[in-house]
Amino acid sequence: MSIKPTKTIDTRGKFCPIPVMETAKAINGINIGEILEVLATDPAADPDIKAWAKRMGHEVVVAEKTPEGYLRILVKRLK
Amino acid sequence: MSEKVEKRNKLAIITWSGTVDKLYPVAILSSAAAAGGWEVEVFFTFWGLNAIRKEMLNAPPKISADFAEYGPAVAQAVQQMNFPSWHELLRQAKTMGNVKIYACSTTMEMFGLKDKSALADFVDDVVGAATFLERSKDAAVTLFI
Repeated sequence: MSIKPTKTIDTRGKFCPIPVMETAKAINGINIGEILEVLATDPAADPDIKAWAKRMGHEVVVAEKTPEGYLRILVKRLK
Repeated sequence: MSEKVEKRNKLAIITWSGTVDKLYPVAILSSAAAAGGWEVEVFFTFWGLNAIRKEMLNAPPKISADFAEYGPAVAQAVQQMNFPSWHELLRQAKTMGNVKIYACSTTMEMFGLKDKSALADFVDDVVGAATFLERSKDAAVTLFI
């Protein structure tokens, strides 16, 4: 089953704290229950976006490395 | 007499240093905190305050003397990474959340600065130590950088 994101942001090539900042901005652009897709190459994006989501009360539903070698993180807006 | 203080998601930083290798951590922690809904209080004093004088913002950034030989390589790396300047990051942090930035009044006087118009536009107020202590006493994370 694939999850369909409402919005995608591409933070590939950007470094801490930019991926988290862009995720925080973009989550306001989707509705509660919708999914934000974040593409990243910064290895810190995985733990950092998870920590950010925990703090903000959102849910990371997928965090995976793509065959191309970058991170794909799906965040569900919960509030 | 003891007052019970409940810690909150608040980051309080005293920025004493004026070199980019220390100003970047200030800006990066502040922006990550702002993105995560933390309150942020940053108090610029001494060389930190010097670094936010208007004319210093566009001057070539300084690096700690102990690591001077790495200066050019670091500057080049920051450019290659297309990474924002530390003060641009701090400015972005302010647009994202509850970030308050203060300048130390005593240092202002020592440097001959009349008021906050001499400083970066992200400075909220010129205050003293007592104000910072009061505003940071419930911070879960407090740093002197």
